[in-house]
Amino acid sequence: MQRIGVFVCWCGSNIAATVDVNAVSEALAHEPGVVFSTNYQYMCSESGQNLIKDAIKEHQLTGVVICSCSPRMHEATFRKTVAAAGLNSYMLEIANIREQCSWIHKDKAEATEKAIILGRAAIAKVQLNAPLTPGTSPVTKRALVIGGGIAGIQTALDIADAGFEVDIVEKQPTIGGKMTQIDKTFPTLDCAACILTPKMVDCAQNEKINIFAYSEVEEVKGFVGSFTVKIKKKARYVDPVKCTGCGECTEKCPMKKIPNEFNLGLDTRRAIYIPFAQAVPKVATIDPDHCNMLKNGKCGLCAKVCSAGAIDYKQKDEIVEREYGAIVVATGYNPIKLDDYDEYAYAQSKDVVSSLEFERLTNAAGPTGGTLLRPSDGKHPHTIVFVQCVGSRCSNEGKGKSYCSKICCMYTAKHAMLTREKYPDTDVYVFYIDVRSPGKNYDEFYRRAVEEYGVHYIKGMVGKVVPRSDGKLLVQASDLLANEQLHIEADMVVLAAAIEPDKSARPLATMLTASMDTNDFFTEAHAKLRPVESPTAGIFLSGACQGPKDIPDTVAQAGAAASKVIGLLAKDKLTGNPCIAHPDEWMCNGCSSCEKVCPYGAISYVDKEFRMPDRTTAIRRVAVVNEAVCQGCGACTVACPSGAMDLKGFSNSQIMAEVDALCKM
Amino acid sequence: MQEMMIAKAKELLGSGAVNRVLGWKTGEFVYDITPAVFTSVEELEKDFVYNDFCGNNLSKYLIKESRKEGKILAFLKPCDTYSFNQLLKEHRILRDNVYVVGVPCEGKTDGETLKAKGVKGILGIRTEGDSFVVDTLYGEKTLAKADALPERCLSCKSKKHMVYDELLGPEGEVLDSHRFDMVEKIEKMTPDERFEFWRGELSRCIRCNACRNVCPACSCEKCVFDNDASGIAQKAAADSFEENMFHIIRAFHVAGRCTDCGECSRVCPQNIPLHLLNRKFIKDIDTFYGEYQAGEDTTTRAPLTNYDPGDVEPSIVYGKGGKK
Repeated sequence: MQRIGVFVCWCGSNIAATVDVNAVSEALAHEPGVVFSTNYQYMCSESGQNLIKDAIKEHQLTGVVICSCSPRMHEATFRKTVAAAGLNSYMLEIANIREQCSWIHKDKAEATEKAIILGRAAIAKVQLNAPLTPGTSPVTKRALVIGGGIAGIQTALDIADAGFEVDIVEKQPTIGGKMTQIDKTFPTLDCAACILTPKMVDCAQNEKINIFAYSEVEEVKGFVGSFTVKIKKKARYVDPVKCTGCGECTEKCPMKKIPNEFNLGLDTRRAIYIPFAQAVPKVATIDPDHCNMLKNGKCGLCAKVCSAGAIDYKQKDEIVEREYGAIVVATGYNPIKLDDYDEYAYAQSKDVVSSLEFERLTNAAGPTGGTLLRPSDGKHPHTIVFVQCVGSRCSNEGKGKSYCSKICCMYTAKHAMLTREKYPDTDVYVFYIDVRSPGKNYDEFYRRAVEEYGVHYIKGMVGKVVPRSDGKLLVQASDLLANEQLHIEADMVVLAAAIEPDKSARPLATMLTASMDTNDFFTEAHAKLRPVESPTAGIFLSGACQGPKDIPDTVAQAGAAASKVIGLLAKDKLTGNPCIAHPDEWMCNGCSSCEKVCPYGAISYVDKEFRMPDRTTAIRRVAVVNEAVCQGCGACTVACPSGAMDLKGFSNSQIMAEVDALCKM
Repeated sequence: MQEMMIAKAKELLGSGAVNRVLGWKTGEFVYDITPAVFTSVEELEKDFVYNDFCGNNLSKYLIKESRKEGKILAFLKPCDTYSFNQLLKEHRILRDNVYVVGVPCEGKTDGETLKAKGVKGILGIRTEGDSFVVDTLYGEKTLAKADALPERCLSCKSKKHMVYDELLGPEGEVLDSHRFDMVEKIEKMTPDERFEFWRGELSRCIRCNACRNVCPACSCEKCVFDNDASGIAQKAAADSFEENMFHIIRAFHVAGRCTDCGECSRVCPQNIPLHLLNRKFIKDIDTFYGEYQAGEDTTTRAPLTNYDPGDVEPSIVYGKGGKK
């Protein structure tokens, strides 16, 4: 029989205002096995913890029940407390009487009764608790960063700076991500390339950083401290070592009419190409969908002109297997596709563009050399209408997103301001629902657009854009403040498209067993206190894969993720979770049901010799759980037909004891 | 067919390809068939039978038999091969130690069914076309198979062997059976009617465990009903709750693994149509996860016990109104 101590926390008034804590500790004092029961204002405070430690020693407690906040809050705290008093830290159970009781009840009598029942369940469970000892596992001192945009680059640089090896896996032929396509950055208007390209070069030159460009993660196995990752290096058909990036091939290639992704299809590239001048690595890539040589074996011109002999039409995809201690997800975002937005005539008129396309149209390295020209006729536009929240904050499910894309208010202000500055003869309208500018110097920036640059900010949405035969775009909109309908004859319309996580994020999340929200953004372990960690140990989040973010926020988060990774890699050994599955070999059928439901691949089978009750020897196939890989999710315990698989710390009998206690009124 | 099978068994025993033969033998009465292992030609000639009473599914016996020294010849009916495959999938049978000879089946009747039709003093049985000709103390009686077969054979799902090393007789086909008709009928009942139906059936349960003991899916090293730690062991059918829960727990345990061989209903001394519980699961699995027949092969993954990286997270399912 256990000697159990019950400690009821007031949590100030958080619990005590709704739950009669005296009544709870009094009622639980009479439960079987309970030898000590008390309550205290703040159990987690130093004096509260001392109270627990003293009681353990004085009453020779073997089990502890703390009725307090959620175990997610202070389980770790109290585990340390009981361990300090010489008890195994898994002889502790927490009854959540705050989040699941005092906070959700108004009636004190009801809440008190429920708190007592929850306490009883915890006591019933702790009766069956057994001491558990966590195992340890080694740490591979190398990190993987998935995604080579500004988030991935910054994370990699910071980790490398601490002396650890980092691999960056980037699916595009070059690192740099979305930021390479941006012209200027708010709120300081410095040139994106000027601040990004040195970091790209730093990555390439840092001996601790290894860039896998034009590569994708194929498979992830393992667990925190020792992940094994298969990386597919897609065939470039160019030897990256030999290629000097001279660009001769990209000028001679006869396939000229391929839409250039880097300029969002606003101009064309060849079948062999380097995305842009500052690409890292600066290596040409052959697009196999358009290359004549690869498609039907005719041409071979690039190989002829390449003085380095770098062209290799026989190159194959290559799978590289690498070990990592930590993985950082930095898969970023994409603007949503606007093809369905017929009300804005996006698919109907070339002069209706997305904001990212507008970036390219104003970028010196863009298709127009930085001169803002209408895509349809190459003429200078005189009236430009910017529409914000296209697909953001949208209540219409199926089209658009319910969330705010966060960056659009600021870049639209930037676009409007830069347009007015460069082309003062241009009329610029911005239609908005709200202008959101909560960042350092952000509101000042937006005010400047309105006050100094004379941008017409109009609260209201554009209802319709109609392309007219004379090339003008008729914009019908409402001005909600003036309460009137507007008809504007515009030369261009720019749509601030909502941003969404990259499509590769969901399959990746599955591989990593990292959770996502309904919008496919990765979820953080705690919205406030653990914002750069995924709930899956060893997986960290950097940048817009976790939620819409601008560059300053992304860089800040990238640094934070890096510091978490460094903290992990600096350890020599990791302490595991002892609450893992284990089979009762005598009951195990070896049927593989558990193996098939295990999301972590933690279960395997061995043929083992058994001395049977009838004194014969039998070889039986039985399950083996890899204790380092098992995460204790319990799926196997449910799948096991004979009940041979059980979870330490959450055994079937413990759960049933809790349920029995809850049902016993 | 019996002669062909004995000849085949003799041949394989003689050549040393196998050292045992799993088949059927007659018990006290001609319809009282028992699965049996034969180790010699003499035993085969004396006891081996294969007739219209040999409904017993032999696959479950191979769990133990395949782990013994040497190879065993097993005669399996189409129905039995589903169970055999399912047990292979669960690593319960060692395939290398079994030589499977597929034998045809035109539906197996049993003493109970015939007696219920008023046939007494049964001495033998043979098939003539669509009828059974039963030899009795009182002369020959002819019964149409449609009247004299149990439900499991009338709604036979397949005459095709899913696995074999050798086939005696022609290859059969998977049938378009109407095995879910009764399930549909029960589904259409109101909850109260349905509850009354099952109470009426299950109240007869005497908790003899015959259904569990014969079931090829119930092959656990230690059944939860025998495991003191499970909390459900040693319970008697003392009240309606126990009567119900035993069968419901059993149906859940075999869900997705039951091949619908119908042995549970065959052996039930109280004639409870237990296979209908399992069929309901099979029908639901077909509906929710796509057509799946346990025992059809040994490689596909069962929908109920499978983790797939593409599985939708519960939060997503609920977030999107339960749609996948």
